[in-house]
Amino acid sequence: MQFGVFTVSDVTTDPTTGRTPSEAERIQAVVAIAKKAEEVGLDVFALGEHHNPPFFSSSPTTTLAYIAAQTSTLHLSTSTTLITTNDPVKIAEDYAMLQHLSGGRVDLMMGRGNTGPVYPWFGKDIRDGIPLAVENYALLRRLWDTEVVDWQGRYRTPLQGFTSTPRPLDGVPPFVWHGSIRSPQIAEQAAYYGDGFFANHIFWPKEHTQRMVEFYRGRFAHHGHGDADQAIVGLGGQVFVRRNSQDAVREFRPYFDEAPVYGHGPSLEEFSRETPLTVGSPQQVIERTLGFRDYVGDYQRQLFLLDHAGLPLKTVLEQLDLLGEEVVPVLRREFAALKPAHVPDAPTHASRVEAARSVQAPAEVAAR
Amino acid sequence: MTPPPATRTLAVVSAGLGTPSSTRLLADRLTVATVEALRQRGDDATVEVVELREHARELADHLVTGFPAGGLRAAIDTVVGADGLIAVTPVFSASYSGLFKTFVDVLDPDALTGKPTLLGATAGSARHSLVLEHAMRPLFAHLRAITVPTAVFAAAEDWADGDGGSLAPRIGRAAGELADLVAGRPARAASPADPFADFVPFDQLLGGQA
Repeated sequence: MQFGVFTVSDVTTDPTTGRTPSEAERIQAVVAIAKKAEEVGLDVFALGEHHNPPFFSSSPTTTLAYIAAQTSTLHLSTSTTLITTNDPVKIAEDYAMLQHLSGGRVDLMMGRGNTGPVYPWFGKDIRDGIPLAVENYALLRRLWDTEVVDWQGRYRTPLQGFTSTPRPLDGVPPFVWHGSIRSPQIAEQAAYYGDGFFANHIFWPKEHTQRMVEFYRGRFAHHGHGDADQAIVGLGGQVFVRRNSQDAVREFRPYFDEAPVYGHGPSLEEFSRETPLTVGSPQQVIERTLGFRDYVGDYQRQLFLLDHAGLPLKTVLEQLDLLGEEVVPVLRREFAALKPAHVPDAPTHASRVEAARSVQAPAEVAAR
Repeated sequence: MTPPPATRTLAVVSAGLGTPSSTRLLADRLTVATVEALRQRGDDATVEVVELREHARELADHLVTGFPAGGLRAAIDTVVGADGLIAVTPVFSASYSGLFKTFVDVLDPDALTGKPTLLGATAGSARHSLVLEHAMRPLFAHLRAITVPTAVFAAAEDWADGDGGSLAPRIGRAAGELADLVAGRPARAASPADPFADFVPFDQLLGGQA
């Protein structure tokens, strides 16, 4: 199982000091967080894409390539890549390039985006959200899987004799996850292609995530990619951890109360009860996280949101230390002990190259 | 031979804030009359009352978080699953109260489609009575609920009426209209669309693009 962190790249005022970091500080902070994630033994760093303040991450591949150059084992991913408003040709090119530079340490998570004006800013109509996600992703797959593409669709200029470069590393494109909070149609898309499904998980009650994942697993099997429990599932999670649980609650509460997404609403205790938010000791985080398996089954990737609500970099790095030292090693051991052998690990470039070779080899024999 | 009586569920939403509240009082009168009218048509009824005041904080939280916490979730399920709805609000600033509207705002857009609904409102003065027609009825038209023709308004003076007053006959007429709609329906006629059952299979969505 893979463990990692994901960030939305927000620039948020620290409510305890009233200080707002500059974009320059936050950009460097996110790079520091990614490097720290590798240093403490985590597997994945995923970065969001936004095109409006207070977010800085308009250009994820630039940031991820810079991080790739300073890390050696960390998998780089997105949370999410806007499949609706980006040109699929540019996604194919940018992420194949990143795949080469990072030595195959890249995958992507597709999302539709939840900021209405982004659609018109990029010449699109939000009412076409689902059809855009469908057409653009179908084209992206063609561009990666086929050398020379002739294509015509509704939303972009037709292509004649187009080859997207660079070609995917070793002929194997990056693995793709599809992220969604509420749309079964996106879970169906992930299932159709046999891609991964990432449930955001952190803003809504677990019953909702449970239904989405169950639906995705059922459709994954329906589309013939394996049994339902072999579908590739990722979950978000939100933790604030200190050695002593009272310290965690006391320190996190002012950030929770003012947080951009849910601040000024439910109490920390209520929100912790209704959603996966866990504020407490390493042991509490371990128990809660292991409990996710009870309602989504054995899953492949767990990403934590740590650097939000204006938390200072120093605090975030301390969170990573605790996760790396006390939480994730236990979770790795416990999840591994529970997982049956027929449930696959999260796909990596190496495992996908191997899978592609094993499919190819018998075909070559037959051709002779 | 008459068929065995069906059991209908009535959800009652009251947005009154006081204790006791005249809004709840009107809701109770409408409920008793509707249960009786259903019985006359051969149906039993079970009643579940949703006092919005008890969910005031959960409603505000829902606006912020986008999901209903425990008690509110149950209240929404009660209303969405009922065979008939009685909705009563106090008049605030020439319209339904903000609490009432907030509850409506957190329902799924399709949640009340086709739902037989009786509307009621209360205020200090009868001069507010058209709130039922210029605010409540358009709101429920937007939700595609089926509102009965008689909506019942109770002003302070209605509670002092003797036998010759007009409130009791209006309650009786409205309850009869609601009972006619509810008793005439096949059991469990309207349940809202299930997005997990109604999704479009992907090959269809793709339309041959792959």
